[in-house]
Amino acid sequence: MSTPRASRTSRTSHKEPVAVVGIGQTAHVSARHDVSIAGLVREAAQRALLDAELTWQDIDAVVIGKAPDFFEGVMMPELYLADALGAVGKPMLRVHTAGSVGGSTALVAANLIAARVHGTVLTLAFEKQSESNAMWGLSLPVPFQQPLLAGAGGFFAPHVRAYMRRTGAPDHIGSLVAYKDRRNALKNPYAHLKDPTLTLEKVQSSPMLWDPIRYSETCPSSDGACAMILTDRTGAARSPHPPAWVHAGAMRSEPTLFAGKDFVSPQAGKDCAADVYHQAGITDPRRQIDAVEMYVPFSWYEPMWLENLGFAGEGEGWKLTASGVTELDGDLPVNPSGGVLSSNPIGASGMIRFAEAALQVRGRAGAHQIPDARTALGHAYGGGSQFFAMWVVGADRPGG
Amino acid sequence: MPPTPARPVRDVAVVAFAQTDHRRRTDELSEVEMLMPVLHQVLDETGLRTSDIGFTCSGSSDYLAGRAFSFTMALDGVGAWPPISESHVEMDGAWALYEAWVKILTGEADTALVYAYGKSSPGSVRDVLTRQLDPYYLAPLWPDSVSLAALQAQALIDAGDTDERALASVASRSRADARANAHAQVKGEVPSGDYLVHPLRTTDCPPVSDGAAAVILAAGDRARELCSRPAWIRGIDHRIEAHSLGVRDLTDSPSTRLAAERAGAYEVRLDTAELHAPFTSQEVVLRKALGLGDDITVNPSGGALAANPIMAAGLLRIGEAAARIHRGESDAALAHATSGPCLQQNLVAVLEGDPR
Repeated sequence: MSTPRASRTSRTSHKEPVAVVGIGQTAHVSARHDVSIAGLVREAAQRALLDAELTWQDIDAVVIGKAPDFFEGVMMPELYLADALGAVGKPMLRVHTAGSVGGSTALVAANLIAARVHGTVLTLAFEKQSESNAMWGLSLPVPFQQPLLAGAGGFFAPHVRAYMRRTGAPDHIGSLVAYKDRRNALKNPYAHLKDPTLTLEKVQSSPMLWDPIRYSETCPSSDGACAMILTDRTGAARSPHPPAWVHAGAMRSEPTLFAGKDFVSPQAGKDCAADVYHQAGITDPRRQIDAVEMYVPFSWYEPMWLENLGFAGEGEGWKLTASGVTELDGDLPVNPSGGVLSSNPIGASGMIRFAEAALQVRGRAGAHQIPDARTALGHAYGGGSQFFAMWVVGADRPGG
Repeated sequence: MPPTPARPVRDVAVVAFAQTDHRRRTDELSEVEMLMPVLHQVLDETGLRTSDIGFTCSGSSDYLAGRAFSFTMALDGVGAWPPISESHVEMDGAWALYEAWVKILTGEADTALVYAYGKSSPGSVRDVLTRQLDPYYLAPLWPDSVSLAALQAQALIDAGDTDERALASVASRSRADARANAHAQVKGEVPSGDYLVHPLRTTDCPPVSDGAAAVILAAGDRARELCSRPAWIRGIDHRIEAHSLGVRDLTDSPSTRLAAERAGAYEVRLDTAELHAPFTSQEVVLRKALGLGDDITVNPSGGALAANPIMAAGLLRIGEAAARIHRGESDAALAHATSGPCLQQNLVAVLEGDPR
């Protein structure tokens, strides 16, 4: 179990504590033909308001995020969504930091409260991939720039291979992760991919897409949205359910391509993790963090990020995975919700990681609840493994 | 009862500003190449290096660049190594500045680099901006940005708020003032053009521009170290309105008024206003909403009628207002940025210099 938090550094001592008091998700599925984009985001927002027992009038500002506008073919969709999200007459900010956007969006919203600019903020992220084609959206040719030839998998597969070479990880580690996350998804009412007949053998016999990444080791394309209500101490005191307290939040970026960049374990990810652990007073993440919601779009990224985030030494991540530690009943459960491998509304996927971490410390994660989770990490990454956003949430208010 | 202005918990100022020369096309430059000189200029002005900056935030649009994740290329130009604390808004750079201002208020950073860029030349801006509209009911009709602005202009004329002669005088004043702005694209005498979409003539509409801008923010004593006369952000706020033009009074801008109230604009004796009004008629709307009298110098830079690099034009207004304070030409200035069709979303910042 976690140890008490260290007090914050004086640099950040005047920040207002931030609490998560409402969380809402839509069902994540291949195509939500029953709702427009506006209907989709409103569904998540209304569920978050219901959880917080608040109304649209209680919201001071809206912070919205999603991945590229080309994914739905709507330029700056926050303009059109202002009405659906009750933002008329309020401030509305639109964040876009590639795949990490859901996490970054939540952090921008949290800062509005920490800076005492607003008391209660609705933050939301979405993607409605069925309205367009993400592969097309990622493959628009631009002169003098290298195209992302075969979508995200084509970009990431060589880095997975590099990880395997570097660490000597055996071939089956990726399939263990996929099998675990898909089984966890069976316990999550909002998860997209649910196959009760899935076996490890089925994962291992699925077609090879981008060697070494098999079909069953990749994320789906989902429609979906996730919303959170963040508030200050006063708002938290009125919360009908236990809030999750934000103990730390950080973003880090590095360039896409340059000589010396470590694609297997990017420095920006290490720095971002070090920052949130420092803010939250965490000195031994492996012991002090009770649940991890990690951005794992391709199964092999679980062992890779276990090392990048400091849960395992270099070359040791795959051993943690193989030992079962990251299973739902292991002592460092990773992606109890089923993760990005089970639901991937791209722009929302980072926020879902943050929200699921918050659900765990609120004790409101339902069938995929980790018993007595007190401290949880939400993690998101994007671009060419270059944008990172993380937060640490806890059941106790920071500083006691 | 009007809302009380929000009091920031820290003093934050604009301490440096740079912009490109804005041009009709820059075929020979990538976005990064266009941006690099202004980034270097604000860093040189303050003596800061990338590694000294506490937070970096940018504004741009994938739809202008014609590719997804276009801002990742710009990041390569920032010198983001070792890794930096960084974020991006898919909005005008004025909102990137807002995010950076909030970050500094939390105490997590003392300085911030904000930049924005837009190349309109590769495509048709009028067509591209239709993709901002409600995708199910409005965008399929391809109503372009000039036509929507013309609806607003006609509503103003019908309401008796302006006439075509008054609109022409806004255009000629802006472009006369732009003569003093080395970076402006359209300046000096421009003959009143033909109707583009009635009642708007070409001179009532902004030029199509490629350009970039960068700003450095700093808190408290750090600002005083970096700039001899910092432009303190006394207040900054932004508000959005309904999207559908049918439910809005196009002759008014309640979101601008609300943002101005929250930013404390009505409690300061302003001498300058930099308004992001791409169309002459929109200056009429904004002047009315903000209650600006003739004693206030409006758009001495020439405004968006002299150069309108989309996604940077709002940040340019903040930069121009701050630069006048830096130079001692203004003591209290309002800066405004807009987004969306017919002034749907508006940001207001109030900047002040220390007493002289």
